[in-house]
Amino acid sequence: MLNSGLNVLFEGINFLRLLEGLVHTLRIAFIAVIISLVMGTIIGVIRTSNNKFVQFPFKIYLELFRIIPILVWLFVIYYIVPVNFDVELSAETVALIVFSLWGAAEMSDIVRGAIISLPKHQVESSRALGLGKIQMYRYVLVPQAAKRSIPQIINLITRMIKTTALLTMIGVVEVIKVGQQIIQVNNTEYPTISFWIYGVIFLLYFCICFPLSRISRKLEQKWAM
Amino acid sequence: MDWQYFSEVLPHYKMALWLTVKLATIGIFFAVIVGVICSVIQYFKIKGLHQIVQVYLEIARNTPLLIQLFFLYFGLPKIGITLSGEMCGIIGLTFLGGSYMAEVIRSGMEAVSKTQLESAKALGLSNIQLMRYVIIPQAISYSVPGLGANCIFLIKETSVFSGIAILELTNTTKNLMGIYYKTNEALFMLVIGYLIILLPLTFFLMWLERRVRNAEFGA
Repeated sequence: MLNSGLNVLFEGINFLRLLEGLVHTLRIAFIAVIISLVMGTIIGVIRTSNNKFVQFPFKIYLELFRIIPILVWLFVIYYIVPVNFDVELSAETVALIVFSLWGAAEMSDIVRGAIISLPKHQVESSRALGLGKIQMYRYVLVPQAAKRSIPQIINLITRMIKTTALLTMIGVVEVIKVGQQIIQVNNTEYPTISFWIYGVIFLLYFCICFPLSRISRKLEQKWAM
Repeated sequence: MDWQYFSEVLPHYKMALWLTVKLATIGIFFAVIVGVICSVIQYFKIKGLHQIVQVYLEIARNTPLLIQLFFLYFGLPKIGITLSGEMCGIIGLTFLGGSYMAEVIRSGMEAVSKTQLESAKALGLSNIQLMRYVIIPQAISYSVPGLGANCIFLIKETSVFSGIAILELTNTTKNLMGIYYKTNEALFMLVIGYLIILLPLTFFLMWLERRVRNAEFGA
């Protein structure tokens, strides 16, 4: 009786479809991570400036993404933009926009924290060597800050991958949506199927996120200051 | 903006806001309890339990809340365990939150310096006394920033409850959008709803962090 639900998973291409959904999810996460890495580093460097007028807008930007749930951001962009600005956005685009903005905000905070934590003599020595501001960031500060922030960046990536589960709520056909489709088709024949399908999705997410958080912890211990 | 509409739906939002706060509070309360228990087990590396807690922490931290909830709400009834939506929400929040709280409290306990432990042991305190009088009071002051961040994180996570038919803020908004087609107004109320809960809390936690930092031992 309990087995019948699990069997469906290996009938035909059901498992393959689930994996396809997962790959789709991961692709969105991956692109968003790349965009946030680039944007986050730039914003992070800008935020190390001591100018209040530069700091303030970015601070607001970061706090907005920290205070308002990501699901709400998804809804806001998904419903507000097409209605008010006459722009067609697919659910995937909305997902990419929200995830990139959120990732960049968090990434900027990580980068900023890492740069600020560098010893002051790094800045002074590079000035003494006659490096310009851009050269100083390019050759001295950012490379060192990168090493310090890698564990936290991997953590953020794990969080972003986990949050992709929310995309099902705005109708992106990712792993959960595919799972629900499989459940709907087979529900009458195999009553226990939702237990197994959701269980498998649970495991799939775990299999991706667990190694990442392990790596992050290892690096944290190795590079502990 | 349609102001008439606001007054019409305000009661719905009031109820939703109340439900969000209620579920979040209960969830956070149990999460802290689970967190304290798990962190003590981890700290003393109690045989047997230590490994079980480790497995729990890894599972809870590395899976999305939405899937945990779907599993509880849609999966478990099929093998004979039926829980109401709100029950699932609280269990899910406790399950997820407990692991995050445990992490923060444990690192707070580990931040208590070794000399303190040695002195306490030299004074002849037992393990329980050591916990009660030396480690926990200091660990709390170290963990306050992390605990606060977790509270905000868990309150935000309640938005995920909309996936399992709990009428909290996000789900109410979705329903009202379906009934009235007032997208802008409904989403405006949604954002305001979360700001009403989270902004005062953020400021309170900032204040608390400053207070506790000043009270820190030897600083």
